[in-house]
Amino acid sequence: MPQLHLPWLELTVLLPLAGAVWTSQIKNRERARIAATIICFLTLIFACSEWLDFALLETFEAHDHWDIFQWLFQRDVLVVDELSAPLFPLGALLYLTTVMTTLRTKVNRFSFGWTLFSESVLMATLASRSPWLIIALLTLATAPPWIELRKRGRSTRVYTLHMALSCGLLIAGQWLAGANASAADPPMLAGGLLTAGALVRSGICPLHCWLTDLFEKATFGAALLLVTPMTGAYAVMRLVFPIAPAWALQSIAILSLVTAVYAAGMAHVQKDSRRFFGYLFLSHSSLVLVGLELATPIGLAGALCVWLSVGISMLGFGLALRSVEARLGHVPLDRHHGLYGQTPFLAGMFLLTGLASIGFPGTIGFIGTELLIEGAVGVYPLVGFAVVLAAALNSVAVVKAYFRVFTGPQRDTSIPMGCRPAERVTILVMVLLILGGGLLPQPGVQSRYHAARALLDHRHPEPELSESSESSESSELSESSGSLAPAPSPGSPVPSPSPIKRRDHETD
Amino acid sequence: MDLVETYFHWLGMIVVVSPTILLAALGLPMLLGVSLSETAQARLTKAAVSLGLLAASAVLTLMLTTGSRHVVIELGNWVSIDAEHFHFHLKFVFDRLSTPFVMLSFVLCGVVGAFAAVYLHRDGGYRRFFLLYALFLLGMVASSLAGTIETLFFGWELVGLSSALLVAYFHERPAAVRNGQRVWAVYRIADAAFLIAALTMHHLTGGGDFEELMGAGAWPDGVAAVEPWQALAVGLLLLLAAAGKSGMAPFSGWLPRAMEGPTPSSAIFYGALSVHLGVFLLLRVSPLLDASLALRIIVTLLGLASAAIGALTSRVQSDVKNALAFASLTQVGIITVEIGLGLRYIALTHMIGHACLRTLQLLRAPSVLRDHQMREDAVGRRLTGDDVENKQKPTVFQLWLYRVAFDRAYLDAMLDSWVVRPFLAAFRTFDALERRWTEFLSGPAEAKSSAHDESWEDAA
Repeated sequence: MPQLHLPWLELTVLLPLAGAVWTSQIKNRERARIAATIICFLTLIFACSEWLDFALLETFEAHDHWDIFQWLFQRDVLVVDELSAPLFPLGALLYLTTVMTTLRTKVNRFSFGWTLFSESVLMATLASRSPWLIIALLTLATAPPWIELRKRGRSTRVYTLHMALSCGLLIAGQWLAGANASAADPPMLAGGLLTAGALVRSGICPLHCWLTDLFEKATFGAALLLVTPMTGAYAVMRLVFPIAPAWALQSIAILSLVTAVYAAGMAHVQKDSRRFFGYLFLSHSSLVLVGLELATPIGLAGALCVWLSVGISMLGFGLALRSVEARLGHVPLDRHHGLYGQTPFLAGMFLLTGLASIGFPGTIGFIGTELLIEGAVGVYPLVGFAVVLAAALNSVAVVKAYFRVFTGPQRDTSIPMGCRPAERVTILVMVLLILGGGLLPQPGVQSRYHAARALLDHRHPEPELSESSESSESSELSESSGSLAPAPSPGSPVPSPSPIKRRDHETD
Repeated sequence: MDLVETYFHWLGMIVVVSPTILLAALGLPMLLGVSLSETAQARLTKAAVSLGLLAASAVLTLMLTTGSRHVVIELGNWVSIDAEHFHFHLKFVFDRLSTPFVMLSFVLCGVVGAFAAVYLHRDGGYRRFFLLYALFLLGMVASSLAGTIETLFFGWELVGLSSALLVAYFHERPAAVRNGQRVWAVYRIADAAFLIAALTMHHLTGGGDFEELMGAGAWPDGVAAVEPWQALAVGLLLLLAAAGKSGMAPFSGWLPRAMEGPTPSSAIFYGALSVHLGVFLLLRVSPLLDASLALRIIVTLLGLASAAIGALTSRVQSDVKNALAFASLTQVGIITVEIGLGLRYIALTHMIGHACLRTLQLLRAPSVLRDHQMREDAVGRRLTGDDVENKQKPTVFQLWLYRVAFDRAYLDAMLDSWVVRPFLAAFRTFDALERRWTEFLSGPAEAKSSAHDESWEDAA
């Protein structure tokens, strides 16, 4: 296996772990926050370096130079591949921005030690290829929020029940699947258990109540850190995708789509900003799952793009909401708060990130969303239309929330509402990523498409399925159960369902 | 590429790039926390609009001189995945439809920009207005000149967002914000219909280029290569999109709501340009209408219904902006009828004339009553018509008609009763059930008070 030039993966895993030990020893909370910020910043640097290094290698997967874990366990424990490579910087950015934007008034209730520990676990999860290790790390990642809930004296039963169910299903499924499971000979029961476990973790309806419950009971930061990396979707890709047959994946896609539409509808009736965010996020993450399970190059590429765009935009959206909440306390959405006059900068970020999450033109989510819709329509036209519906409902919900929080009679407060420098920097970084990715989408799309092709090729090693994209997609389209799309005859132009693309066929 | 083509290319580029630069010039300083003076913003706006208009005029002159009816400005692929034949093609077209419409956009935006620079002087939202104005201008130019359906969708969305945010321009007024939200919701329905129509068209024809969709001939001579039932299906979706964008029945309720925005935005968006974008779409896809007689009949009937509702409702409005809004609806309905009847040039001319007239009326609206009152004060008596001369009792039918007009044909009420309330009621029920389920799982020990439910005083 090719090697990175430096042990970036080990650094991204071990540095936050060491930082967790260090910051937990610091009694002064403000100093702990500074220390955590430095650790998170360095982790982000290492994660970006890993991505860059990996991209320069032009390979599907790679492991560390001077790999201590390989030396210890005699196998590749930490590996980066095309799927996980951009997720490292995204995860590290998530932690850095969350720590940076934690106000002094909140440092006493936000545990930086556990935060860094969970960052280390997340990085290790992304770097793991062994199913058992992934399951173990996913289980471990549930601990910090649980401990926080206990410390706050809140009920942990909803969270515990769902997480225990998820982990139990994953363990049972993996135990039944064994090491030789593949899509060619799918273990039905094991696949079903693994799928169920991953979907519970993703919050798929009707087992999604833990997500809104967590947002209500835990600190906003802790809830954001647990759900925003979309580890449930990652579990699906690592544990289910390689062994599930196409029809099973597409069934998961339908289930995810129902969740996306349902959660978008639920976001409209929420009076609590945190529950609103929970449902909005659930809708978006379900759309990512829809694309992932389509198992077509376009749909998968779209989902991988949307994964990144939703990660960035929902992170920004959540941080904007958290910043408002940190100043005003609870932000009910059944009335107007009139904050625009005091925090126009925050208002702009709230709106921009919300629009980016729905794939508004010119933002990072635009092309990804359109690829996703294209992929969905290619498999089931009605699914594509439902994706459009979910996106429309989400967009109405986002602007409604913007109006509720930032418009209305101006509210006078005795505390400063302006952004702190750290928040301003965070906002600028987010805006740069959202607009930069939106205006220059080609590199990102190309990279994600390449990853999608590689993932599909690894899923279908048979030569006839990886010979050409056209034939593989066409065969999957025609084979997909109940496909409403007309199956193109050999040699005839493939009809294109995309709203934003032109298919140049043989005439090109 | 010969010299004329080079001129066309660069002039076309200037038309498209000038509003883009304006948006960047107004948006980036805001982002970086730099405050541009009102004068600087007004000058930037004037320069960008003038440059765009001059370039568009030059394109028109060149087209007339060379006899060209169809000028294509190719900008290449914004995104492409060659292996999947996926291309986001950036292409702009100057033809008999787009050139007048883009020039109209520049002229009216220029007029309204100059008006707004004075009207909004020292207003707290001056910067926000001009930023959204730039966004709107870019959306209009992209929509007008779009050579592919994806580019049209891009511009269509920008216009929708800027319009909705400008309706809610006066943030402190809850009614304005509610109306902005309503406009946004209607626009999103229209956008969804547009997107689905575009998907279906791609599915049917295998391309997003208007040339592929509507035939290779210059507008309006293209022939859509689709079956009548296909044209009907796609056409109905596009009609829904156009109805949402142009405020036609059953969505006409948002038109008076949109008048909550400042006068310049009302004039340019809901009197002049935005309200015509729906009918512009119908004109752009008019070869599709030719493919289905049923579709043409439906378009004509919808236009008639909208015109009738507009004419009736505008007569009972007590507010000048609302009266003008419904008068606009009447004209938009008539333009739609013209499109349905295949009178495309008449529809285009009507659209341009109506946009100019309505802009003038809406810009004049805030001052005309004041001028009238000043004149009456100077003369010392009432000048015209507040007295009701007709002493006859209205008939039952007249009363019924008045009630229908007063309630705006009950269209908003119908949408609320049939769509909005059932939707919200269903999800509120789900929400209540979920909460009960979560409380059941949490057990009785769970305290009611939420940990994050703390006042800002506690946080401080």
